[in-house]
Amino acid sequence: MPEEQSMTDTPTGEKAPDSGAISDFGIDTTSKSAGEALREYVAKVRGGDFGSLPALLGLLVLVIFFGTQSETFLTLGNISNLLAQGAGIVIIAMGLVFVLLLGEIDLSAGTASGVAASVMALHLVKDGNMLSAFGDGVFYITCGFMLIAAVLSALLRIWPGVVLPVIGLVILLLGVPPNAWIEMLLALCIGTSIGSLTGYLVAKVGIPSFVVTLALFLAWGGVTLKYIGQGGTLPIRNDKVLFNVANGNLDTTGSWVLFLLAAGGYTAVVLNRHFSRLRRGLVAQPTPLVLIKVGTVILLGAVATVLLTQNRAVNPNVIILGVPYVVPIVLVLLTVGTFVLDRTGYGRHIYAVGGNAEAARRAGINVPKIRMSVFVIASSVAALGAIVYSSKIGSVSPSSGAGNTLLFAVGAAVIGGTSLFGGKGRLRDAVIGGAVIAIIENGLGLLKQEAAVVSIVTGLVLLLAASVDALSRRRSAAS
Amino acid sequence: MSEPILELRGINKSFGPVHVLHDIDFTVRAGEVTALVGDNGAGKSTMVKSIAGIHPIDSGEVLFEGQPVTIHSPREAADYGIEVVYQDLALCENLDIVQNMFLGRERGKYGLLDEADMEQAARKTLASLSVRTVKSVRTPVASLSGGQRQTVAIAKSVLWDSKVVLLDEPTAALGVAQTRQVLDLVRRLAEQGLGVVLISHNMNDVFEVSDRIACLYLGRMAAQLPTKDVTHGQVVELITAGRSGDLGIARPESATI
Ligand SMILES: Nc1ncnc2c1ncn2[C@@H]1O[C@H](COP(=O)(O)OP(=O)(O)O)[C@@H](O)[C@H]1O
Ligand SMILES: [Mg+2]
Repeated sequence: MPEEQSMTDTPTGEKAPDSGAISDFGIDTTSKSAGEALREYVAKVRGGDFGSLPALLGLLVLVIFFGTQSETFLTLGNISNLLAQGAGIVIIAMGLVFVLLLGEIDLSAGTASGVAASVMALHLVKDGNMLSAFGDGVFYITCGFMLIAAVLSALLRIWPGVVLPVIGLVILLLGVPPNAWIEMLLALCIGTSIGSLTGYLVAKVGIPSFVVTLALFLAWGGVTLKYIGQGGTLPIRNDKVLFNVANGNLDTTGSWVLFLLAAGGYTAVVLNRHFSRLRRGLVAQPTPLVLIKVGTVILLGAVATVLLTQNRAVNPNVIILGVPYVVPIVLVLLTVGTFVLDRTGYGRHIYAVGGNAEAARRAGINVPKIRMSVFVIASSVAALGAIVYSSKIGSVSPSSGAGNTLLFAVGAAVIGGTSLFGGKGRLRDAVIGGAVIAIIENGLGLLKQEAAVVSIVTGLVLLLAASVDALSRRRSAAS
Repeated sequence: MSEPILELRGINKSFGPVHVLHDIDFTVRAGEVTALVGDNGAGKSTMVKSIAGIHPIDSGEVLFEGQPVTIHSPREAADYGIEVVYQDLALCENLDIVQNMFLGRERGKYGLLDEADMEQAARKTLASLSVRTVKSVRTPVASLSGGQRQTVAIAKSVLWDSKVVLLDEPTAALGVAQTRQVLDLVRRLAEQGLGVVLISHNMNDVFEVSDRIACLYLGRMAAQLPTKDVTHGQVVELITAGRSGDLGIARPESATI
């Protein structure tokens, strides 16, 4: 890498490398005042870059509305229930953000997650003997499919897309005895295999993702039905680990350890980054603002931990307390995913391809590989979502992952502020948007509204979010 | 007389039935500015993109530093030290200036980005180009003006240890002062020993900065001459008619795309 740029005959060149820069980009190097930062933010919002602001406002309105309308809504029991209910959708939505960032869509993520869930449950229920669970024909077709998926990923050198299907294949062929962790791994492997196929069809064959995933949406729904059989239901609530994923809680100590790890880690990362930028004279937020942000997160985390470590059982004879496992699960996925998107070259290239694929190609980015990889991620993460929602329900049926699953997940991402046009969006959008959807579903349920109303309201909210997205795009194009 | 650093010999390029480049011979010399002129649609941009590996060429030979090379992708072109500033700028609007300047060649270890390093380098390069109109190197490209985008694109190409820089109409969207800066920059690049190709429609600019002028006429190389040996009038004639006196294509009227 050339350390020195080729222009060395300017006085700014060697002796004082930053002096020229400072005078030319004054605002870059001097720390902004809080007032300036605020004005800049207002200008950004006015310019059409709303971020997750509308979703946060919506969240606030919903909480106030349901909090005043229903007595149960703000009870501790309902809040922890809400977390478990929403987690599955939120996780699937986080995977979809990767696809949406490219301006693509994955309509098959829901039913694909259903396939993963059914294989997971079958492995548990049929004692790991998938040959007898599937029957010869279906078994070998499934194995062949996973092999093909591995080959397709190998063609574009997406190594995780090779390794996971192969692991899944080995689990199937060896007839590994049932074990919750093996089953969850198997679900993930199935998701990855599905993503390889989708991604290859979109990125290399060149079929629009809308068509590929619409077709696969139908196909995977059929596969789940074939695996489980009409009217079948596979219970998984008897397995302690699988059941606890969405229904178990950390104990009090564990809850506080989680708080310390999460809040401490967040604080360390944010402050370290902030002060090292200041030291090196780089663009930085005003220090008070950063401190307020960190303080707020610590405070909210502490309050949530205090509340969730209270006994919330309605029945006086039992005690239910502790932060639900879904919280650390979502936090870990959010952290890892955000890290990948913000801090790695791969993440940068995803944004670049979503912003201008031709520019990315000219910059030497392997656009087909990026395009295929996001589908691999989306389906793999959808399989993780399937583990959570199956655990919550306690069983897997042919309708797992069908119905509203996908629309709610896409809705979550878009409501949170991820653009359907590509290039704009963050993983936390999925969490915020997922919260909006979970609250609507939960709150309307508490108000004894029928499913029809829930669907209509959620549909309208999604439409509203998509309008905000389109409006924001028009605004920033006009400015 | 300096060495040819990049040479094209007998390059042909078609888009389907449209034969855009006919037997192009073209030489870029290190330390010189070669102006590439020609009417709209003559094939200048296509030629640049063929060199950069964006469009595969149909036939002909490309020599880089005397060695025959085949460039299949922009990445390979960059590896040889060939940088291009495209007419259709090819920036990602959703990314900021630093992110665009390092796109595809991010700095950092193990796939992790070293933002601080990139930001400082970007700022230094922009400062060395006397770019003062951009407030912050963290401004998204979407909110920059056409001229500012052009500057970012040029800065991007000089950030690297390049040997040949191809600029496709870099001044077309610029104001007077910025055009001045770009032309100065073009000269400086050549003085540092780079081979520079400048595509421009402005004859004054061409005569001011170039050492040689290459003229494309309907996809054919009409003439490639030292700037001091031709006049404005001759170049304009070469551009519009493919021929001027005894310069140019023998029978331009039979030339077709
Ligand atoms: N990608 C393409 N596909 C088909 N035809 C093209 C393409 N790019 C350029 N052309 C054609 O090639 C010719 C030369 O275009 P171009 O190289 O852009 O000219 P210039 O840059 O000299 O104005 C034009 O007739 C144009 O229509
Ligand atoms: Mg052109």
